[in-house]
Amino acid sequence: MSTWDRFVDTFFNARVMAKYLPDILSGVVVTIELAVLIVASGLLAGLALALVRALAIRPLNWLIIFIVDLFRSLPPLVIIVLIYFGLPAAGLSPSGFVSTWIALGLVLMAFAEEIFWAGITSIPRGQWEAARSTGLGFGQTLLNVVLPQALRLTIPPLTNRTIAITKGTALGTVVAVTEILGQASSAVSNSYNPSPLMMGSAAYVVLFLPVVVAARWIETKFAWKR
Amino acid sequence: MIETFLNPEIIAAIWPIVLAGLANTVLLSLIVVPLGLLGGLIVALLATVHHPLVRWPLMAWVDFFRAFPPLVLLVLLFAGLPFAGLELGGFACVAIAFFLNTGAYYGEILRAGIDSVPVGQIEAARSTGLNRLQAMGYIVLPQAVRNVLPDLLSNTLEVVKLTSLGSVVAVPELLFQARQAQSLTYSPTPIVLVAIVYFLILWPMVRLLSRLENRALASRR
Repeated sequence: MSTWDRFVDTFFNARVMAKYLPDILSGVVVTIELAVLIVASGLLAGLALALVRALAIRPLNWLIIFIVDLFRSLPPLVIIVLIYFGLPAAGLSPSGFVSTWIALGLVLMAFAEEIFWAGITSIPRGQWEAARSTGLGFGQTLLNVVLPQALRLTIPPLTNRTIAITKGTALGTVVAVTEILGQASSAVSNSYNPSPLMMGSAAYVVLFLPVVVAARWIETKFAWKR
Repeated sequence: MIETFLNPEIIAAIWPIVLAGLANTVLLSLIVVPLGLLGGLIVALLATVHHPLVRWPLMAWVDFFRAFPPLVLLVLLFAGLPFAGLELGGFACVAIAFFLNTGAYYGEILRAGIDSVPVGQIEAARSTGLNRLQAMGYIVLPQAVRNVLPDLLSNTLEVVKLTSLGSVVAVPELLFQARQAQSLTYSPTPIVLVAIVYFLILWPMVRLLSRLENRALASRR
């Protein structure tokens, strides 16, 4: 057998790949479920925090800033491990899936709040004053005048951050979530062959590369006005 | 509550282990941040070559590593390469994975920085007799770095946080040590303690960043 054949037989073994393809595919489904949950809950919670912060209630804002700082400083893997191994001691036993969801959701919430808040504060005061002088209330001004302009500015930084955090679903494998990397790793140890890992890697590229390319396009389309 | 999550006796017992982990996290960061910056500099300098044969492969390279989760890259090196007869050890795998992954991110940032320096600066530098490399090194790069400093810092923070992935490939950094201590003591105290250590170290950096970002925003207004 030539070196090339041996390489292909080791890393792209057709028999092993066929055997573990269903496992990898079920991992893809779990990764997508996890990613959708994280993105939806993280962005919503971040937006909610930014809107509360706009009310400018001092003690509440300090709390929000602290929470945001906390989840920006802690490594996501540490938060996942903390929830998964720590909460059972408090009588709660979230699954690996739920732990990863909560942890990455909180991280995305923190970053999203910062970005949404930056967007809101970047809208000139005059916009607020003009809107209020036409008779709109505080809430109406925020929702109908400020937010639509602010959101446009937040889209490029938000997409980048969201992709970076969503890729973190792979961290779930540390707390036994059966997503792509988890499935691939156990298939490697069962088959003693790295082909499932190559399949898993390909699955990540297929899932995330279109998102990254789309983000690049969005970035140029919604770029910050200079 | 304190008894479970921050047990003083357990803290006293595991403190040396955590401290050793902290030393390794610092060491790891001191290795991977410069490596990532080096990778980024290579990417950014290559991006100034506008030839399509350089441009397209480079873009594909950067996008690939932006799409590929760093943990998967790490596991691929750590668990995959031995099948090709190459056993690198956890520390080396982390270094290589970070060079590739964070290099792509730093590269994007530095490229944006270089783009932000007006062409006139390069032309002026060249007209005074500096060659291309000198113009890049003395004129363009210092301004480029200044323009994207908040982004560079923010990425560096992410890189330091990412060193916790080393725990998956048995590099004895903070999180790895905490999990060892946790399995010895059957208590969540080590992990809570390590989370506090991370927070205390990285919080000042987050505050600084927040301030820099706000200032950048104010100047844009």
